[in-house]
Amino acid sequence: MKAPSLLRVERRPTPSGWTVFLVSVLAIAAALAVAAGLFQVYGVSPLRAYQLILQGALGSPLGLAEIVRRAIPLLLCGVGLTVAFRAVFWNIGAEGQLLLGAVAATGVGLFSGLPDALLLPAMFLAGFLAGAAWGLIPAALKAKLGLNDVITTLMMNYVAAFLVEWLIHGPWKGTQMRGFAYTDKLPDAARLALIPGTRIHWLTLVLGLALTLLAYVLVTRTRVGFEIRVVGENPHAARFAGMSQVKTTLLVMLISGGLAGLAGVGEIAGVHGMLRSSSQISMGYGYTAIIVAWLARRNPLAVIVTALFFGVIMAGGDVIKSSLGLPSQLINVFNGLILFFLIGSEILMNYRVSLARRRR
Amino acid sequence: MATSDAIIVLRGIVKRFPGVVANDGIDLEIRRGEIHCLLGENGAGKTTLMRILYGLYQPDAGEILLNGRPVRIDSPRTALAHRIGMVHQHFRLVPTLSVEENVILGLDEGSGPLLRLGRTREKLARLAAEYGLAVDPKAKVWQLSVGQQQRVEILKALYREAEILIMDEPTSVLTPQEVDQLFATLRRLVDAGLTIVFITHKLDEVMRVSDRVTVLRQGRVVATLPTRETDKASLARRMVGRDVVFRLEKSRREPGRPVLEVRDLEALSDRGLPALRGLTFSVCAGEIVGIAGVSGNGQKELVEVLTGLRRATRGEVTLTGRTITNRSAREITAAGVAHVPEERLRVGVVPNLNLRENLLLKSYRHPPYSRFLFLRQRPAAENARRAIELYQIATPSETTCVKLLSGGNIQRLVLARELAGEPCLIVAAHPTYGLDVGATEQVRQLLLKERDRGAGVLLTSEDLEEILCVSDRVLVMFAGEIMGTFRTEDADLQEIGLLMAGSRQADVRHAASHRQEGGMQ
Repeated sequence: MKAPSLLRVERRPTPSGWTVFLVSVLAIAAALAVAAGLFQVYGVSPLRAYQLILQGALGSPLGLAEIVRRAIPLLLCGVGLTVAFRAVFWNIGAEGQLLLGAVAATGVGLFSGLPDALLLPAMFLAGFLAGAAWGLIPAALKAKLGLNDVITTLMMNYVAAFLVEWLIHGPWKGTQMRGFAYTDKLPDAARLALIPGTRIHWLTLVLGLALTLLAYVLVTRTRVGFEIRVVGENPHAARFAGMSQVKTTLLVMLISGGLAGLAGVGEIAGVHGMLRSSSQISMGYGYTAIIVAWLARRNPLAVIVTALFFGVIMAGGDVIKSSLGLPSQLINVFNGLILFFLIGSEILMNYRVSLARRRR
Repeated sequence: MATSDAIIVLRGIVKRFPGVVANDGIDLEIRRGEIHCLLGENGAGKTTLMRILYGLYQPDAGEILLNGRPVRIDSPRTALAHRIGMVHQHFRLVPTLSVEENVILGLDEGSGPLLRLGRTREKLARLAAEYGLAVDPKAKVWQLSVGQQQRVEILKALYREAEILIMDEPTSVLTPQEVDQLFATLRRLVDAGLTIVFITHKLDEVMRVSDRVTVLRQGRVVATLPTRETDKASLARRMVGRDVVFRLEKSRREPGRPVLEVRDLEALSDRGLPALRGLTFSVCAGEIVGIAGVSGNGQKELVEVLTGLRRATRGEVTLTGRTITNRSAREITAAGVAHVPEERLRVGVVPNLNLRENLLLKSYRHPPYSRFLFLRQRPAAENARRAIELYQIATPSETTCVKLLSGGNIQRLVLARELAGEPCLIVAAHPTYGLDVGATEQVRQLLLKERDRGAGVLLTSEDLEEILCVSDRVLVMFAGEIMGTFRTEDADLQEIGLLMAGSRQADVRHAASHRQEGGMQ
C-alpha cells in the first residue's frame, strides 16, 4: 500500500461495539455539520433550525406520536433489510415492495367482498405476499442469472410507482372522488384502529415489534440464520458446505419484501384509507429504511432505535416546511448525507488512522 | 562491518503488523554479483523484508544502505530508480496484453500519446538473446506457460535496468525442468554482473543455486553463511530451531478394496474448455494416492467434480460401489467424502465467523448441534473445545473470529471439521500450502493416520516432494489426462518431470529404452 506519510493507516482486528457506536454518532454529527451549511445558504441560522426541529418533533405529545407513526413503516422495512443485507443481497427496493403491499391491501379492502372480520387479516396476508413477490423477482434474477441486485431492485421501484399511478388514474379510480386521482375510501372494517388522539395504528406497530423479535431470533439462533450469514459472508464456503445460495437468496427476499409489503398495508389501512399517489403513500420510507438498517449495523433489534431516530428526522421535515418555510426535501438531503458519512466511516471501524511522525 | 563489495546493507529493520512483529531488527548484507538465498519458513519474514526493500512497505525502524549511501525507498518506482527489481510469487501481468505491452506497462515509452514499440522490441530481443530468455514479444500473456510468464517478469525487471533482482519463491509454480532452466538463467544474470536475492523455503534450492544464504526465523536473522560451508541438515535446524526428520515414518500397508473409482471422467473448466479428458483411476481403502502435476492441468476441476462442486460432463464416479456422479456437495459429504479445499481462506472457512461456527459448517443441520430449526450453543461449544484440544489449534478462545488465526491454525480447524465423522475418502488439495514446517508435519501425519484407519486419501499438491513423501501411489496429470502411474518406491524424479511437462509414460520409457513391464496399470 502506498500512502502519503502524513497519515498512518493500520488494520484493526475487530471493531468493538463501543467503536461502532462512536463512529456512527460521529457520522451523524458530520452530516449535521454539513447540513448546517445548507441552512446557512437558505439564510436560516442552523442552530435555530435544529432547535425548532427538536422542539417541533419532541416538544409535544402530538409530535412524539408523529415520530412513532413515521417509525412504523421504517421499522418494518428496516428489519426486512437487515435480513437481506446479512445475506449480502442489496435490496434497494423496499420502496416498491411497500407500494405493492399497499396495492394488494387496497385491492382486497375494496374488491374482495370478504366478511368484515376477515378483511384486515386478508389485507395483511395479501400485502405480505405482494411485497414478497415483488422482492422475489430481483432475487430470482440474481440467483439464476446473476443480474445485479442493486439495479434490479431499484428499477422495480419505478415499476411499482407507475403501477400505482396507473391504478388510481385508471381502473381503480374512485367514483366518489370528484376527479381526484384516488381510489374510493376503504370500508371501516378495512381500517386499523388508532390510539385515540394520535395517528398511530397500533396493530401495525405491535406486529412490527413482534416481527423484529422474530427476525432477531431467526438470524441469530436458527439454522436458516446461520445459512444466511454464511452465504452473505462467504458464498464460496457456503457452496463448499452444500448450502444453497439460490434458496437462501429467495428466502431473505421473501422476508424482506414481505415485511415491506406489511408496511404498505399499515399505511393504507392505518393512515390513508385509500390508494393515492405513490409519493403520498410512502414519502421515501423504503429508501430511508436502507439507512435505518445500515445504521443498525444489520442488527434487527437495533432497528427499533434507528427507526425512531429517523422518525424524528422525518417529523422534523414537517417542521422545516411549516415553521421555516423551507422545502421539506431538505430532509432527503440530510438523509443522504447520513448514509454518505456512515458508509465513509466504515474505514474508521476497520482501520485505525493516526498521524504519522515524520521519519527521515 | 560492511565489506566494500556490499551493494545493499539493511540495518536494524523492524516491521510490525497488528499482533505480529514480521521483521525484528534485521541486519542483512547483499554482495555485488552473488545469488543470496533468504531461507525461512512461511511467516519468518522473508517476503516482508523484501517488500520493504522494493518499497511496498515502509519499515518502522532501521535503514537501507545502497552502495554505502542511506536511501529511502517509498515506492516500487523509487526501488526501480535505484535499480532494484522484483519478481513476485504471483505474477503481476495482464493476461490479455502481449508480452511487449506488459513489459512497458507503466513506463513512458514512445512520444506523446502514441506508443512506439520499435525500440522496445529491439531492446527485448537483445535482452532475450543475452540472457537466454526467449519469448515471443507479440504473444498474449495468457497463452504462455507459467515458466514463460516468469521469463516475462524477469524481462520486465531487466528492461527497467534492474541490477538487483529479488525473486520471491520463483520455483513454486514450475516443473523440475523449468526449474533447471530458471537456475541456468539466474547464473547467466549473475555472470553478467547482476545481483540476485532468492527467497525460498526449499533447502535443495538453496544448496543448488546460492552463493550465500541467510536463515530467518520468526522475524530475526539466525545466520548468514557461505553455502559451500553448510549443508541441508544444518540449515534445516537453524530454520526450524530443532532437528527435522526429512522422511516421514510410514508403515507399509496393504491397500484394501477400492473406495473411490473414477471412470472416463470428463468435465469443463470455468471458461468452458475441456479440463478433464477421460480420467480413469481408483483409490483404495488405506491408500494415499498423490496427483502430481503443474497446477492448472485439471487438478482443481478433478477435486471439484469429486466433491460435488462441478458437474461431470461424462463418466462415472463411485464411492464404495455406489455412484455419486454429479450428486450435490451435501449428499457427497453425507456419503463420507471429506474435502480439504485448495483455498482454505476463500473456500474452507468463513473468516468473519468464529471458530465454533466454522467447525459446524458441515454438521450444523444434524443433532446434537441442531434441534428443530434451532442451533444449540452448548454442543457447539463442546465440539469446539474438543477440536481445539485434539488438533492443537492455537486460539484465544473458541469464539475467536477465524480471520485472526494463522494459516496453520485455520488448516487445523478445516481438518478438525472434515475428519470428524470418520470419512471413507479424503480429498486434500494442497493441504500444506503456505504452512510452516510444524503445521506441515502435523497435517501429513494426520493424513497418514487417516490412511492407517482405513480411509482412502486423494492428495493433490504442487510440491512434488510432498507427493513423494506422503503418497503410496503417484499419478501424473497433464492437460486433463493421466500421463502415468508409479508406486512411490519406483518413482523416478526425472521421469515424473517429463510426464508433468506432457510426455507420455510409454514414450518416455521407450525413449530411455527402459524395458519395464507392468508400470502402467
